[in-house]
Order: sequence, then C-alpha cells, then structure tokens
Amino acid sequence: MHEHGHCQAYLKQISDYVDGELSSEVCASLESHLKECENCRIVVNTLRKTIDLYHDTAENDDLPDKVRSRLFARLNLEDPKQGGIHGS
Amino acid sequence: MNAETVRDEGFVDLLISGDRQAFSELIEQTSAKIYALGMRVLGNEQDAEDMLQETYLKALKALPNFEKRSSINTWLFRIATNEALMLLRKKKTGFNMVAIDQSDEEDEAPFEILDWCCLPEQEMVSAETRTMLNKAADQLSPALRIVFQLRDVDGFSGQETAEILGINEDAVKTRLVRARLKLREELSAYFRDRMEGGVNHA
Ligand SMILES: [Zn+2]
Repeated sequence: MHEHGHCQAYLKQISDYVDGELSSEVCASLESHLKECENCRIVVNTLRKTIDLYHDTAENDDLPDKVRSRLFARLNLEDPKQGGIHGS
Repeated sequence: MNAETVRDEGFVDLLISGDRQAFSELIEQTSAKIYALGMRVLGNEQDAEDMLQETYLKALKALPNFEKRSSINTWLFRIATNEALMLLRKKKTGFNMVAIDQSDEEDEAPFEILDWCCLPEQEMVSAETRTMLNKAADQLSPALRIVFQLRDVDGFSGQETAEILGINEDAVKTRLVRARLKLREELSAYFRDRMEGGVNHA
C-alpha cells in the first residue's frame, strides 16, 4: 500500500471533487495526484459508487399503505388514492 | 428527490391559502421521503410515523405564515428534521445537533482499497446489499446520518441542508465527508467479502 500521510490531505477534496465543487486550481492539483496514485483513484471511484447506491435506494422509498391512510385520517384529509376510506 | 419538485409559485400560493387538494398533493410528493428520513434518523416505524404525522400537522398550521424565503420543500424538511431531532432527544438525553460526537472527530485514512465498482449490477442491487446499506448507515451517529440522508439520498444542496438543519455550510460539508468515508469503508469491506467469496469462480 501507498504511504497514507500524503493522501490523507486529499480526502476532503475528494468529497468535493465528486460533487464537482472544487475550484479549477485545486481540481487540477488533485487530478495530477490522481494520475499517479491508484489508491486515491479507487477511493474516488468507490466513493462515487457508494453515493450512487444510496441515492438509488431513495427511488424505491414507498409509504406503507397503512401509514398513508392513518396520515390522511389524522389530517382530516381525503386520501386521493383511497377515495375517502379512513383507517379503522 | 430534487428539491425543486414542488417549487411552482402558483402551487405554493394555493398551499398558503389553505387549499386542501394542494396539501394532499404536497403529501403525495414528499411523504415517502419524510417517512424514510424518520426511519433513518429514529430507526423504528412507530417513531417515524409519529414524526410524519406531526410534521404535516405543524405544516398545515404554519402554512398561512409561510414567507417564501426558502423553497416549500426546504421549509417542510426543516419542520420534519426538527421533529425527528426532538424525538431523538427525548430518547437519548444529551443529543445535540450542533455538537459533534467525539467518535466523529478524526478523519481516518481509507483502509479498504479495493475497486469493487466493476462488480455485476445484480450484485449491487440485491436485497442483501440493500439491507447492508441500511445497516451501514444506521451505524453512523445521528448528526452524520441526517446530513448524509438530506444531501446524498434526498438530493438537497449543501446550502439547503444547512438551512434545514440550522447549521452552517462548513459543518454540513465536514459531516458529509465523514459520513461518506465511513460508508465507503463499510461497503468496501462488504464487497471484499463478496468478491473473495466466489463471485469470480467459473
Ligand atoms: Zn493518493
């Protein structure tokens, strides 16, 4: 493994880097480090993938039907999906 | 979720005027995310549901005074996170969003250096992987978890997240880096096991 002391300094930048939030100067210096450091390249790739995986889980988020109907009942609102059937 | 989903001006005016159909629409667009946030922060269904209901009850009451200084989503999530953090404080005395947990203090060097990005897609989206993702996130301290959820799962910007939590953008950034790095370590360890556990056997 590579010496970590040096790479450590890049960690916060790597997070900003995957967000595209680095100034062009800092970005250039990080990219030149990435060219010669495989470890940091892997950290960049796996960090990106980590974020993607979590982001994708949000697409499957669903409100359970019972929770939904109790919510509408509590608010005295008609649930557009259930046509006025309130929780028992 | 993109924080702009329900930004439409006319829609917001309807909400402020007390239009019930518009409020149902708001619930339609946001409730799954609010509930997921509750599950993430509070960790159980009962508390998440309490938080969900309280959030919309408070929103319904406060809407006539909404001043459009932030987006309706940011405003709603601010109510939701306040509610979640209040419930959390009731359970774990001493929890404070502004103070950071001791265990979060130092950024550790990456330990797992393994490029698992090339694993087959099925491997990444399996139910088992999903369970692991939840478990890994649950291990973060609440202060890190909530920032990660808002920024990386719900897709709020750093500025919006700061607004929602009432902390500054630097604090959001610091926590986000820590959360991301910790999760990356957990995922790398998990995928290392999968890769060594015979995925490549012919
Ligand atoms: Zn490096």
